[in-house]
Amino acid sequence: MPNAILELRNIHVEVEGKRIIKGVSLGLRRGSIHAIMGPNGSGKSTLAYAIAGRPGYNVVEGDILLEGKSILGMEPEERALAGIFLAFQDPPPLPGVKFSVLAVALSNKKAGLEDLSRPGDPKIYKKIASILEAVGLSPAYASRELHVGFSGGEKKRAEIAQLLLLDPKVVILDEPDSGLDVDGVRQVASIISRLRDEGKAVMLITHYARIFQFVEPDEVTVLVDGRVADRGGPELAHRIEAEGYSRYTGNNRAGR
Amino acid sequence: MHAERRIEEILPARMPEEILGYATPIKAELEIRGRLSRSLVEEISRIKKEPDWMRRLRLRALELFEKLPAPKWLMGVEELDLDELAHYVKPDVGEPASSWEELPREIREYYEKLGIPEIEARLLAGLNVQFESETIYHKTKEYLERKGVIMLPMEEAVRRYPDLVKRYFTRVFPASDHKFAALHVALWSGGVFVYVPPGVKIYEPLEAFFLIGRALEAQFEHTLIVADEGSYIHFIEGCSAPMYKGYSFHDGMVELYAHKGATIKFTTIQNWSRNVINFNNKRGIAEEGARIDWVEGSLGSKVTYVYPSTILKGRGAQSTSAVIQLAKGPYIKDTGSKMYHLAPETRSRIINKSISVGGGINIYRGLIRIPRGALNARAHVECQSLILDDKSYAYTYPHNQVEEPTATVTHEAVAGKIGEDQLFYLRQRGLNENEATSLMVMGFLGEILEELPFEYATVLKRVIEVEFARLGGVG
Repeated sequence: MPNAILELRNIHVEVEGKRIIKGVSLGLRRGSIHAIMGPNGSGKSTLAYAIAGRPGYNVVEGDILLEGKSILGMEPEERALAGIFLAFQDPPPLPGVKFSVLAVALSNKKAGLEDLSRPGDPKIYKKIASILEAVGLSPAYASRELHVGFSGGEKKRAEIAQLLLLDPKVVILDEPDSGLDVDGVRQVASIISRLRDEGKAVMLITHYARIFQFVEPDEVTVLVDGRVADRGGPELAHRIEAEGYSRYTGNNRAGR
Repeated sequence: MHAERRIEEILPARMPEEILGYATPIKAELEIRGRLSRSLVEEISRIKKEPDWMRRLRLRALELFEKLPAPKWLMGVEELDLDELAHYVKPDVGEPASSWEELPREIREYYEKLGIPEIEARLLAGLNVQFESETIYHKTKEYLERKGVIMLPMEEAVRRYPDLVKRYFTRVFPASDHKFAALHVALWSGGVFVYVPPGVKIYEPLEAFFLIGRALEAQFEHTLIVADEGSYIHFIEGCSAPMYKGYSFHDGMVELYAHKGATIKFTTIQNWSRNVINFNNKRGIAEEGARIDWVEGSLGSKVTYVYPSTILKGRGAQSTSAVIQLAKGPYIKDTGSKMYHLAPETRSRIINKSISVGGGINIYRGLIRIPRGALNARAHVECQSLILDDKSYAYTYPHNQVEEPTATVTHEAVAGKIGEDQLFYLRQRGLNENEATSLMVMGFLGEILEELPFEYATVLKRVIEVEFARLGGVG
């Protein structure tokens, strides 16, 4: 697959002995948005976790390559430091861990510093304020405990904020639009467009197609029951928006 | 299996006592060991050239010790055999020094490794350092004397201010309270006396630091702090020990007396090595409108039994107690706090946070006592336990005795773990498992760290970091 920065080669993924992904190949290109669509339970999040290296999500066949090199032997943190970022669909609350404290730790870690608590970057607090503003959160969120008591929309925004902080090469967004109102979706969509413009490879996982009113994907892969059911360009996303997944499953309308 | 591996990685990380390493053999000038007896107690009193009232106090306490039953509920102290311990060890250093250079190099090195001279220079108005059974270094800033503040090694205070000492000594914590309180009073040696005159407020902390340098030694330091009306004082005690073969025994006592409107903050950072069986007897009395705040950072030791307690004696007296207990490895922390509301409008708050890992056992044992007549007394107890693996445990035994119908007691208890999802989340951001765990543990301690002076929050953070990860800054 030419130009692909991240490449999945016929991967099969098992979770607790059950095969969820049954032979998926696809590539993510720089400066490009690749939408992964599919009904609930089709394996979209499993695919994201397998790329990020979540323990328990075992790639039993096939390979995942980042810039041509297999990452299957790498720990999740090594994959993260190599430039893979996953914005979680439902991130866990981290009681007591303030956003700013985490941001300092992540920023220091990325810079290769050993001490993760003392700010290494003198401008880090300014940076935190500006990324919070960029995702539509008030600066007060810097001292909030991450994802503790956050609404669905606030969680999405806090995920995107970390993405902006870490500036990865490959961005996997797992349902970044769920739980957001229309304005929120529009804001997230504009950030995603910007990420594309900056040359990042974006994997945009979504069940509903409404985000595509605001950002056009370059490629679309439809996943059904762990297999690739269809591939296409933006027109495929718009068709699913209109028709749902009935063509692939016989029921299960989307686009509410 | 995954959790197993994480613990495997955490466990070989440096224990706090490795900062000090193994004990250096240091010659003592004098050592008194063996079976407890009148003549042994009298010999200690004679060496200290004590007045007769103190000698008699010791002997009465010895009688109580012999009469009182041993508590049956203690765990992890099976090896403790009082008859084989050195009850008094006089280091071979002469009179207490007032500059670090006067101390023998091998002793000084212990304190330098712990950064004590540095903390003294940056933070403290006075410092008392005890090695084995005696004060070896004692220095206070000049302004303390000018304001009439007394800070002295306990023995010196007994000789120079007998009337003042006598008025409070074992009046807050009587020897008759329990067997080990009696043992302490019979054998006490070292510790500090502080008196703050009315209205004098000292914001720079005073500190006492205790070190036990050898196995089969018992340390019985006695700290007595009297804050006269409307005064303010913050006292810090730290303790540590190098590693050795066998065990040592610590049975200290802290008595606080806050007169009308006075405030005493008392902070402990206990970081004994895994060889120390640690008992401590801590109690304060708060008169009308006075306030006593305890912070107990219980990090090291083999087994610890300590329950900072306040008797809220006067109307409107207040007390808070923040207890952090860390049990990592096959060790036991049995701690907690007690609040006795003996007057109307008294308030107390206990926050207890425990972290158990690698087979560690944390026990919270607390008491809120509000007898009839303590109108509108209010108490709040909060116990939070973080349990990091299946081998570790946390137990809470809060006990409320409330007889006053207008009193309010609230209690919250939460036990939690670090979830696989939280760990993976942080790893996905680039942190390794130890770093992620350390971040979560620090988050768990949260606001309790803000109760500590910055330098000590740093010490505590460093210990946690050493325990859970290598988050840097560790020399």
